[in-house]
Amino acid sequence: MAEEEKVEKKLGVYICTGCDIDLLDIERLKKVAQEEYNVEAKVHPHLCGEGVKIIEDDIANGVNTIVIAACSPRVNTDVFNFENCIVERANLREGVVWCQEINEETKEEVQRMAEDYLRMAIVKAQKSDLPEPYIEETSKDILVVGGGITGLTAALEIAKAGYNAYLVEKEDELGGWMAKYYKSLPTKPPYTEIEDPIVFKKIEEVKNNDRIKVYTSTIIEEINGQPGMFDVKVSRNGSVEEFRVGAIVVATGWKPYEAEKLEELGYGKYPGVITNVEMEELAKNGKIVINGKEVKSVAFIQCAGQRDENHLPYCSSVCCLVTLKQAKYVRMLNDGIAYVFYKDMRTLGLWEDFYKSIQEDEGIFLTKGDVKNIYEEDGKLVVEVENTLLGEPITVKVDLVVLATGMVSTLKGLYTVKEEFPDEKAVPYKHIVDLHPIKSEEEVEELAKKGHILNLQYRQGPELPTLRYGFPDSHYICFPYESRRLGIYAAGCVRAPMDAVACMDDAAGAALKAIQAVELVSKGMTTFPRTGDIDYPQFFLQRCTQCKRCTEECPFGALDEDEKGTPMPNPLRCRRCGICFGACPERIISFKQYSIDAATSMVKAIHVPPEEEGVPRILIFACENDAYPALDMAAMNRMKYSPYVRVIPVRCLGSVNVVFIADAMSRGIDGVLMLGCKFGEDYQCHFIRGSELANRRMENIKETLDRLMIESERVKILEVEITDFDKLPKIIDDFVEEIKELGFNPFKGF
Amino acid sequence: MSTILVIGGGIAGLTAAIEAAETGYDVIIVEKNPYLGGRVAQLRKYFPKLCPPYCGLEIFFKRIKGNPRVKIFTMAEVVSIEGEAGNFDVTIKINPRYVNDNCTACNECVEVCPVERPNEFNFGMDKTKAIYLPHEMAFPLKYVIDPEYCKKDECKACLSACKYSAIDFNMEPKTMKINVSSIVVATGWKPYDASNLDNLLPEHPDVITNMMMERLAAYNGPTKGKIVRPSDGKEIESIAFVQCAGSRDENHLPYCSAVCCLATLKQATYVREQYPDAKVYIFYIDIRALGRYEDFFAKVQADENVVLIKGKVAKIEESEDGLIVIAEDTATGVKTRQKVDMVVLATGMQPSSSEYKIPGIEYDDYGFVVPKDGIIAAGVARKPADVASCNEDATGAALKAIQVVRGR
Repeated sequence: MAEEEKVEKKLGVYICTGCDIDLLDIERLKKVAQEEYNVEAKVHPHLCGEGVKIIEDDIANGVNTIVIAACSPRVNTDVFNFENCIVERANLREGVVWCQEINEETKEEVQRMAEDYLRMAIVKAQKSDLPEPYIEETSKDILVVGGGITGLTAALEIAKAGYNAYLVEKEDELGGWMAKYYKSLPTKPPYTEIEDPIVFKKIEEVKNNDRIKVYTSTIIEEINGQPGMFDVKVSRNGSVEEFRVGAIVVATGWKPYEAEKLEELGYGKYPGVITNVEMEELAKNGKIVINGKEVKSVAFIQCAGQRDENHLPYCSSVCCLVTLKQAKYVRMLNDGIAYVFYKDMRTLGLWEDFYKSIQEDEGIFLTKGDVKNIYEEDGKLVVEVENTLLGEPITVKVDLVVLATGMVSTLKGLYTVKEEFPDEKAVPYKHIVDLHPIKSEEEVEELAKKGHILNLQYRQGPELPTLRYGFPDSHYICFPYESRRLGIYAAGCVRAPMDAVACMDDAAGAALKAIQAVELVSKGMTTFPRTGDIDYPQFFLQRCTQCKRCTEECPFGALDEDEKGTPMPNPLRCRRCGICFGACPERIISFKQYSIDAATSMVKAIHVPPEEEGVPRILIFACENDAYPALDMAAMNRMKYSPYVRVIPVRCLGSVNVVFIADAMSRGIDGVLMLGCKFGEDYQCHFIRGSELANRRMENIKETLDRLMIESERVKILEVEITDFDKLPKIIDDFVEEIKELGFNPFKGF
Repeated sequence: MSTILVIGGGIAGLTAAIEAAETGYDVIIVEKNPYLGGRVAQLRKYFPKLCPPYCGLEIFFKRIKGNPRVKIFTMAEVVSIEGEAGNFDVTIKINPRYVNDNCTACNECVEVCPVERPNEFNFGMDKTKAIYLPHEMAFPLKYVIDPEYCKKDECKACLSACKYSAIDFNMEPKTMKINVSSIVVATGWKPYDASNLDNLLPEHPDVITNMMMERLAAYNGPTKGKIVRPSDGKEIESIAFVQCAGSRDENHLPYCSAVCCLATLKQATYVREQYPDAKVYIFYIDIRALGRYEDFFAKVQADENVVLIKGKVAKIEESEDGLIVIAEDTATGVKTRQKVDMVVLATGMQPSSSEYKIPGIEYDDYGFVVPKDGIIAAGVARKPADVASCNEDATGAALKAIQVVRGR
């Protein structure tokens, strides 16, 4: 990398005395700035108000590196945002005066706390640089994989927004499952009338849209690159074509659960026992006929192989609706009678209207019940049902039994990413519930033969990582589309079981995310949760030892590897969590505004009192999204905690490098507390496994401490939630007590 | 001209706004509360992960703080919409906060304020001062005065206490006109009014709604997170949840409110976490735990102190030291009388339009928004939905709003 020309830094320090900060000795704070950093701090009683003007005036006179010693960095972010300036905040309000008991006895320690925060902010500002975006010539076209209702809708929505789409479908025809249905569920309020499948209209629209290029009978051979620059190689009947896109929508849908496994319900045993998918085919003929006989009575068995630990533990969301629709077929086409046996009738929300309209039909008999037995007698199928709403077991004789079998994501069973298929040496991540341990490389090759959807040429594996049941991993409550691969978004039944109306809505959502991704990466920006961040990790590869920790631990697959194992960064895949930076034992990864140098300098800026003063120093690394705001909220409630701690907010606990802790210990700091998010299946870590990795690294830390002959209890890691603000002061004070009991760090004073 | 208006700053509105802004479009959020976050700000936890909604809100607010494309008007409402897709003239009324942007949230005003008001954030179960911060995560972080209770010039205590000249009793409602290309209506919902449910003893202090339960379980609720019987503070030995309280009912809300089953299962865990011996009785018609939520249902069901009874509750009666829930168990046909300490009514979601309708927007019979060219509905303004579905829906709504801006 060429030597960059650096603009000379001109530091300005601004201390607010409002909101009780004036309880501190401001002159002493000014002295810290003056004597230790050679800058005259300016003081204002209302910095976020009229005080902004003095900062703006200084910027006009060349100040470009600004330290605001006032409220929490979470507050007045917009007020203290100055273009082309480095801004650091020393949290004297929530971080000191609001969370500290200030009296004659404590005021010296509280003052020292404030002074340390000022020092830490100043050194961080000094050690940070303004980032430059990673700009490449990018494509804004979008690949949609899958030509069912979701994929068709996604392509149309993309085109409607003015972007080009490539639609790739492996079958000869577009339309997916919906094109095979006789009728579809209502798509508009009042959700009572079944309709001709809307998919055919969509196919026409897609075919007539100049912005959409359709590839049928096509599979994806491989995808190389990164968002904005995905090189897609497709093969259609053996001929290979290549094109470049900026983002991808995965809409490959679902496959029916294998009914062969439902022998206990008579499937495969009696020809009159079919699945709900097969029922559509029969209905499409205009008359439901089985074994050459027109069907006059049908029993529908809900949750066939679903909500069942031995089959699909989850609910497929649509089968109740599909059955109600198919019961209507029996009435409409054959003038027959339908019996529906369910566990719970799950017609959510406005679908209740559809359920009600079916309930009004006297030829459709609905009851809760458990199917006990199915057998053939006199050419009819006998269904015995227990625990019905009638209070007694019932038996019906019918011509046809339809099993409401469920939906399985098309990602299920594929080789997705290595971490879901760990070998014997690997320690599996706790958030992965469906582990598929493998024994050999051959096994992986065997798995790969099952086919691919994307075949991403990513070091970590060819598909979207999944969470459970083959559904892509995401923070599915708050940020449902954010997958773990920037620029790749799943929609429709590959993501979660859903009805066709929901699929169309979902397609629009994923399309938006894809469009957003191409726009952001064209400017070198990342996406959620640090949307807009242009700062990306820089690797000083001359010192890399090819340990592969960064390439393995990156939750987003941003790093590939060359043959030797040296990381090959793809900045546009990066989400800027800093987990690589936390992982690197050689400390060769840094951001411009989040560097190893800055972090260790902050630790070193803390003044550690000599042992004879009798007070410990304790460092806290707090996740900036949860633990740190929780501390702020504790302070807003004026809850008090020990003045011996110094808190450093971090992007993620996964970005805490062991070296920070080693530095702290060698500086005589007595204890380190790390406050991160919950990990495991219901993880709350915004970077998926940052907090889990931090926990794993504790092992290394303990080894390091052992080597230094320091008690490993001096370092502790805890899971806290943002709403734990009522508990945090006690957590902190308890840790301080534990450290006091251990006595001082033996390294103090060296 | 190319701006997107988002009406409602709850979870759906926030998602629609931030997703559109991060794609590169200017967005205005109009929110009638003094803070963003809507209903989710009042929830203790989300199902099925049992994680705190504040966590997601922190990210949303951080993204908004860092994005100059998003403009926010709180305490604001849309008075009228005129025009057509690509060119809507919208009139917005901004109600006075009586606290200006000088406010630093230092809390000095609250210390001196002599007047109390019922805290609607906690459904009236406790009080705040007449000047108050709605809650710890309130964004914007500015205090607000309730004009109904504040004595203003007669008192002036806060005025003298505030060092930042942040208090202004003379603020007047303001009206402004904006021109936007498209409108996302994300006006959300309110809990169905339990007082309509005569047979369920709605006025009894120990019969509460599911939203009140969220506040009881929250640290910043009326009991600092301890779930106790409201009338006397008794610890809970038994509790009943009544599902479909006013939902799936022709006399109330004919539709299913989509979230109440899971909300109740979640709240059962709140109770069980605090009381290892407490019994939880859930009276339901169908448990609607779709998709992966089934895992959560199975987990709660596995707790033997959680008893599920399929049956609609006919009546709640008062007894000597508790309440009696009367229902017919539809599985056994037996009429049950279950005595409990308190009852939670799983009341449903009613679209906010039942309270006020915005001229220029069309609504269906239930009060859900009927979309039309350039006017897109998102979240519960469109149909009953949980948080995850609202976020999905709102992301798609952002795209549709952008399509209008781009002229299709």
